[in-house]
Amino acid sequence: MGTNANTQASNAHLTTPTRLTGAEILWATLVGEGVTDVFGYPGGAILPAYDALRKFPIHHVLVRHEQGAAHMADGYARASGKVGVAIATSGPGATNLITGIATAMLDSIPIVCITGNVSSKVLGTDAFQEVDITGITLPVTKHNFLVHRTEDIAPALRHAFQIATSGRPGPVLVDITKDAQQGTAIFDFEAAKPRAYRPHPMLHVEESGLAHAAELIRNAKRPVILAGHGVIESGAMEQVRTLAERAQIPVALTLLGLGCFPASHALNMGMMGMHGEAWVNHAIQEADLLIACGMRFDDRVTGSTSTYALKAKKIHIEIDPAEINKNIKVDVALVGDLRAVLEDLLPRIPGRDGSAWLKTIDASKGAVSVRDIKNLPDSGHLYAAHVMHDLWRITSGDAIVATDVGQHQMWEAQYFHHEKPRTLITSGGLGTMGFALPAAIGAKVACPDREVWVIAGDGGFQMTASELATIVQEKIKINIAIINNGYLGMVRQWQEFFYERNYEATPLVSPDFVKLADAHGIQGRAVRTRTELAEAVSVARSAPGAFLLNFLVEKEDSVYPMIPAGNALHEMIRRPGKNPLVESPDDK
Amino acid sequence: MLHTFVAYVEDLPGVLTRVASLFRRLNINISSLTVGRSERPGLSRLTLVCESSAEAGHRVRASLFKLENVVDVDDIAQAPSVTRELALIKVAASPRNRAQIFDLVEVFRARIVDLTSESLMIEMTGVESKIEGLIEVLREDEGRILEICRSGKMTMRRGHHISSVLKAMGAGPDEKSEAENQPEALEAGAATEPE
Ligand SMILES: Cc1ncc(C[n+]2csc(CCOP(=O)(O)OP(=O)(O)O)c2C)c(N)n1
Ligand SMILES: [Mg+2]
Repeated sequence: MGTNANTQASNAHLTTPTRLTGAEILWATLVGEGVTDVFGYPGGAILPAYDALRKFPIHHVLVRHEQGAAHMADGYARASGKVGVAIATSGPGATNLITGIATAMLDSIPIVCITGNVSSKVLGTDAFQEVDITGITLPVTKHNFLVHRTEDIAPALRHAFQIATSGRPGPVLVDITKDAQQGTAIFDFEAAKPRAYRPHPMLHVEESGLAHAAELIRNAKRPVILAGHGVIESGAMEQVRTLAERAQIPVALTLLGLGCFPASHALNMGMMGMHGEAWVNHAIQEADLLIACGMRFDDRVTGSTSTYALKAKKIHIEIDPAEINKNIKVDVALVGDLRAVLEDLLPRIPGRDGSAWLKTIDASKGAVSVRDIKNLPDSGHLYAAHVMHDLWRITSGDAIVATDVGQHQMWEAQYFHHEKPRTLITSGGLGTMGFALPAAIGAKVACPDREVWVIAGDGGFQMTASELATIVQEKIKINIAIINNGYLGMVRQWQEFFYERNYEATPLVSPDFVKLADAHGIQGRAVRTRTELAEAVSVARSAPGAFLLNFLVEKEDSVYPMIPAGNALHEMIRRPGKNPLVESPDDK
Repeated sequence: MLHTFVAYVEDLPGVLTRVASLFRRLNINISSLTVGRSERPGLSRLTLVCESSAEAGHRVRASLFKLENVVDVDDIAQAPSVTRELALIKVAASPRNRAQIFDLVEVFRARIVDLTSESLMIEMTGVESKIEGLIEVLREDEGRILEICRSGKMTMRRGHHISSVLKAMGAGPDEKSEAENQPEALEAGAATEPE
């Protein structure tokens, strides 16, 4: 930890060119880029860097597995909007990062991963703990660098920060040989500045495109806004809201878009796609205009593309030209930064009466819907939906929630209503189990004053449970909710629906999670009934340290509605009538 | 359809891997790739030919531009251009049957660049079909062809279409406007054949 940090001395490096070791240059450059926290794990090839760390005002979080370091950097970035930094040694340290890097890549998260490598003299000789990590990570990074000269460290790192944050963000890896860390060079932070950022040459927002889009919006009878992660990355929350309110257009959100438009807003329909509510997907299928904002028509939101929103014209506002017409052919593509494009578009959008369409959608919700779960009587069973609902209610929806991957992730998305951006941290594109706990740690380090919850399945939690020790060592206060259904639930659900209930390899024996927490010095409690729920949540929240709640929920519950992969968006499996939680109008 | 991309890339280690890796990721087979120095210092120019759907052109070009080391990409598509390939062909030939090959080489406007008592080497530059033609004729005698080495295609747009001009025009290779100042008559006609 950077407790001995001499802030003044290290800042002097930033203004006066000074001769430093490569290791010092590494940290000085990070300081210059505004980095205050890094997540890492040492080893031989990165040891020179670690040796120099104490001279710099950077807090290092020691993880228990490098995958955790990458996810923490990722959670840090998602919660704060700043670049997250992970650091690891060569060979196994570097390869352990890969799942975390790919997770960030698929969700366009700006992180910089720094790895040590063997000395340049032995590069390519299969030296001890040598792997070609720039080769290995090439397809899962936005870009990567192999640095083997001390004087290249600062320029490479600064360039990495620029690439990670510009355009469509993403992970960048900088691999630095041990001898480059040990050598010396003149450190000149200013001179190490990367060349001016060059926007993608195919960005393209034409007057005629804006006019066409505005005309489509003015003439639409049944328009829907599809809001994705790009709304948050571009900071276009206000602009999307203005568009929706002025033209009275309902908004559907992707999983990663949750929070970019207030859940409580009258125009917010909720999440679209595979586990979106029926009225959302029906509205999309019935729409005559889709306005896609910073989303990429992923297969989880479109279902079968050949039957997707066939009646709708489509406007796609997106910063990545490679996404245009990739999955869904669109009528107007406005290729640029969402916020800037919307600012150009909004003056052309007059007020509009959308009441007829909004009424149609409202009618399709039916009288009893998932919104009313709080009114349903206690049947003695504990359902995950109850847990999500109470967590939302008790925290006033104001917490940062990091979810893992599986059923609980979808239930969280359905029942925890996010009002603000950066309050849901979840792996959407890669769907990485084991993400929640480390991502939550990263989020808490980025936002120490916020309440942070982990919501994880009994399966995924065990993938990175070793980071419990990190929490203790760092004295981090986060709350952990394990949705313990005794199964790899989402896979079990697929087996139930599509593989004749052949529950092969999905029943799961787990440790006593409360005892596991206890072994780490973390308090915990098991919750078996709905009556205990609210109190347990309150106890966890008010505990001074981290707290783990083991929710023993209904084992064979499923996530509804569900669109089987490859089906049309409106061909969904509805909630069965017997489900005591929720009903939809067409339940018998 | 056949796509031809011309790209300027930074002349640095690993850049070719990045380009090749992109096509692998997109599951597109590269049928021909040539790389060499360009008129711009520090930049290599490559011509890449691949088979893919008509719509893929836009996405491939956009994805190439996303690579940090790629500076310029032109999708030649159907635009008027000159494409050439170089082939070196070693054939078995004794002093007795050489004359026949000399005649062939003459007809195909190729050259003999090496001659020994058992074999000779033909150098031929031209469009793919002409090179294929020569090879086909040589194959009529079994066992005559000993080795073939082909460069892959190199492509350049016709007319004053250097990359800076394209940029000023709005760069779009798919833009129709470009076809306008292309004299149709020059299209791969004999009149434009060099030599
Ligand atoms: C690393 C990884 N391995 C496998 C999967 C496939 N998978 C998706 S959901 C799931 C089950 C998750 O089980 P659990 O963590 O208990 O959550 P639940 O679905 O029961 O809520 C699995 C195995 C995955 N997404 N990630
Ligand atoms: Mg489970």
